Amino acid sequence: MALRVKALESLMVEKGLVDPAALDAIVDHFEHRVGPRNGARVVAKAWTDPAYKARLMEDATAAIAELGYAGGQGDHMIVVENTPEIHNVVVCTLCSCYPWPVLGLPPVWYKSSPYRSRVVIDPRGVLAEFGTELPAETEVRVWDSTAEIRYLVLPERPADTDGLDESALAALVTRDGMIGTARL
Amino acid sequence: MNGVHDMGGMQGLGAIEPEAEGQVFHHPWEGRVHAMSLASPTRANIDSGRHQRELIPGPEYLRMSYYEKWFRSLSERLLQQGLVTPEEFASGQPAPGSAKATPRLAPEAVESTLGRQGSYVRETTARPQFASGDQVRARNINPNGHTRLPRYARGRRGVIERLHGAHVFPDSNAHGKGEDPRPLYTVRFTARELWGEAADARDSVSLDLWEPYLERA
Repeated sequence: MALRVKALESLMVEKGLVDPAALDAIVDHFEHRVGPRNGARVVAKAWTDPAYKARLMEDATAAIAELGYAGGQGDHMIVVENTPEIHNVVVCTLCSCYPWPVLGLPPVWYKSSPYRSRVVIDPRGVLAEFGTELPAETEVRVWDSTAEIRYLVLPERPADTDGLDESALAALVTRDGMIGTARL
Repeated sequence: MNGVHDMGGMQGLGAIEPEAEGQVFHHPWEGRVHAMSLASPTRANIDSGRHQRELIPGPEYLRMSYYEKWFRSLSERLLQQGLVTPEEFASGQPAPGSAKATPRLAPEAVESTLGRQGSYVRETTARPQFASGDQVRARNINPNGHTRLPRYARGRRGVIERLHGAHVFPDSNAHGKGEDPRPLYTVRFTARELWGEAADARDSVSLDLWEPYLERA
């Protein structure tokens, strides 16, 4: 593959279809500018700032943009909140839709057949494969991203974290916690 | 189309392989494919790009990695749109005397372009037919072309949870037939409606569905 990709890149550059420096900048963007640390900041702020959380639940796109996160695959954001009674988990069964500005690019499993096929029919079984055992009385809500709406799970704040500030809290937030395959 | 990409509800497609946070691309070529796809003039229509990947024959689709599919899709669309000729693709060299385009995306515009908030909402005079709380049924449609109504929801009854306004309609846009904006709703289906009595009575699956996919139930 590496050689075929290199050949196509050379051809596209020769034909003026892409600028190699722009390609470098795009790779850099996805490796360094976006990723789950962005989403973790959103979550930690929602945990510590009730007014921010209210805005986030009301208009997630705008509240996320307040922290400087915006762009493609995050054009229409919705935040779904985990509670002791409800657990949310996100998938895109048809392709690989994922909120890039707050989570970056998805892990391979999120884009792959086993997860896409099974999480809608057996969410509790899939969560167990991630080591996430839900109490039987918890309601599981699966969100299949079939349009341009992108979902971010707001995990429950872990117990015994009262003394932590926003950045210490953000460090506790995991990518899988914001997809919903893990609890924190 | 009823392709293998529409895999929600299938079983036996293998084990989920967990992955640590932090590794974005697993080979340098993956990053180049991702970047080329975003920077390419073919990127203009997200729906036709998705459909192009769905057209990969099922057995190959299941065998290929994610970025192998993106590479295939990019190559096909460059050829289809006449941006690269088959001869150029085979030789790797531009045809002698062919015009050189100006790249669509300049390096200094990358951050602002990727960070720009887009919108798939369009103004329309059509009134939405459904409101929150309405009972609906997903239609039993089986189009040959692109659709975002998964098979597992077709014919099933759900409840309108939220209206998102009129969004670009992929079934039209993917085929170059215009954006044809239609009301988009989040529709919640109980797990039992989708999967039968063995499913947990508390659980549900919500999908974002355009009005033409729905009928009153």
